[in-house]
Amino acid sequence: MSELSAEGGHGAVPLKDVPTGEGVTPPEPEWPLYEVFVRGKRGLNHVHVGSLHAADDRMALLHARDVYTRRNEGVSIWVVRADAITASSPDEKDPMFAPSGDKVYRHPTFYDIPDNVPHM
Amino acid sequence: MTLTETPPARDLEAGFEATIARNERIEPRDWMPEGYRKTLVRQIAQHAHSEIIGMQPEGSWITRAPSLRRKAILLAKVQDEAGHGLYLYSAAETLGVSRLELTELLIAGKQKYSSIFNYPTLSYADVGTIGWLVDGAAICNQVPLCRTSYGPYGRAMIRVCKEESFHQRQGYELLATMMRGTDEQRAMVQESVDRFWWPALMMFGPPDDASPNTAQSMAWGIKRHTNDELRQKFVDMSVPQAEALGVTLPDPELRWNDERGHHDFGQPDWDEFMEGVKGNGPCNAQRMAHRRRAHEDGAWVREAATAYAAKQRAVSA
Repeated sequence: MSELSAEGGHGAVPLKDVPTGEGVTPPEPEWPLYEVFVRGKRGLNHVHVGSLHAADDRMALLHARDVYTRRNEGVSIWVVRADAITASSPDEKDPMFAPSGDKVYRHPTFYDIPDNVPHM
Repeated sequence: MTLTETPPARDLEAGFEATIARNERIEPRDWMPEGYRKTLVRQIAQHAHSEIIGMQPEGSWITRAPSLRRKAILLAKVQDEAGHGLYLYSAAETLGVSRLELTELLIAGKQKYSSIFNYPTLSYADVGTIGWLVDGAAICNQVPLCRTSYGPYGRAMIRVCKEESFHQRQGYELLATMMRGTDEQRAMVQESVDRFWWPALMMFGPPDDASPNTAQSMAWGIKRHTNDELRQKFVDMSVPQAEALGVTLPDPELRWNDERGHHDFGQPDWDEFMEGVKGNGPCNAQRMAHRRRAHEDGAWVREAATAYAAKQRAVSA
């Protein structure tokens, strides 16, 4: 237990010889995981802020309020069960995004406009 | 569910290294070396445990706060600590562990929490000192973590740091108010600072020459500064704050070093620190017993909520 990192937040914590709990079945059935999205103020999109566990949708909403909006961080909250989300592959060079990669003509900077043409 | 295939295995490690080299963030579903994942789980989980256990030393003063103003502030602060724990468990879960399992590891004593919370809070001044010194030290540790290489951890830290500033300022203001009071109140503040100064320095962990794995954590961009660098920063920050407050720091070796441009200072008692880590600190048993009891006492609430949710689903089906 010689290795203790200062960066355990509120003080040093050991980083060696500590079990991680990976691949272990929880001791009681765990509540479903919900992802939380908050609209910061009117005019802005809902943005993902984190996740939490709750027994049902309503509890997820109430917990999201208590955990993620203690300082007026939001005017609206969405919660959605994590297992209901369909996602693309995490790799940013994914062929999924290839269709937009070679279409430079979709950007305004592709077009040369003479300097003497105003407001364009 | 994934709609596309992952790239060939040989590209994975190179891709990870390149992302770190570009100083970009690793995100949950990216490939990562097993050592990186395990180091992060340990660090984030134990950071979360520290926040949760950290509610106890101050929580016991909520019902004894001297005014409604102080009580409201302390309640908000302790609630924040719970929130910080939850942000961090949420970040740890993106690495493929479950919060319940992490809680079990804490309760079983297999994962640790910061030793600072094993010291007792003997007077109300301790609420102020914890805010000023303990949360001040936590800020030193946590600000660099906002730029840590693992995305969810860094984002959790940004939220935590915003709130931690309130914690430190309310503590300092509490102490400043007491210092403007009676001689007895001033003595309470000094006594409290004397007790917490050395444990606060221990929060940064053993000296760098006793930290052989720091280099790996820094190479991975998890850690941004060494233990000693952070400790020096904290001492340099605290000295003028102590002067403004009118208290002395209990270190005869503490003095400004013009050549280094930093303060020289003494070493905390590392044997005392290691005893705390091993579970032999002043309040270890009490903190663990309380956490275990809270978990067991809450079992019927969790069961009831699960049963209610199942019943509602049955009704709407």
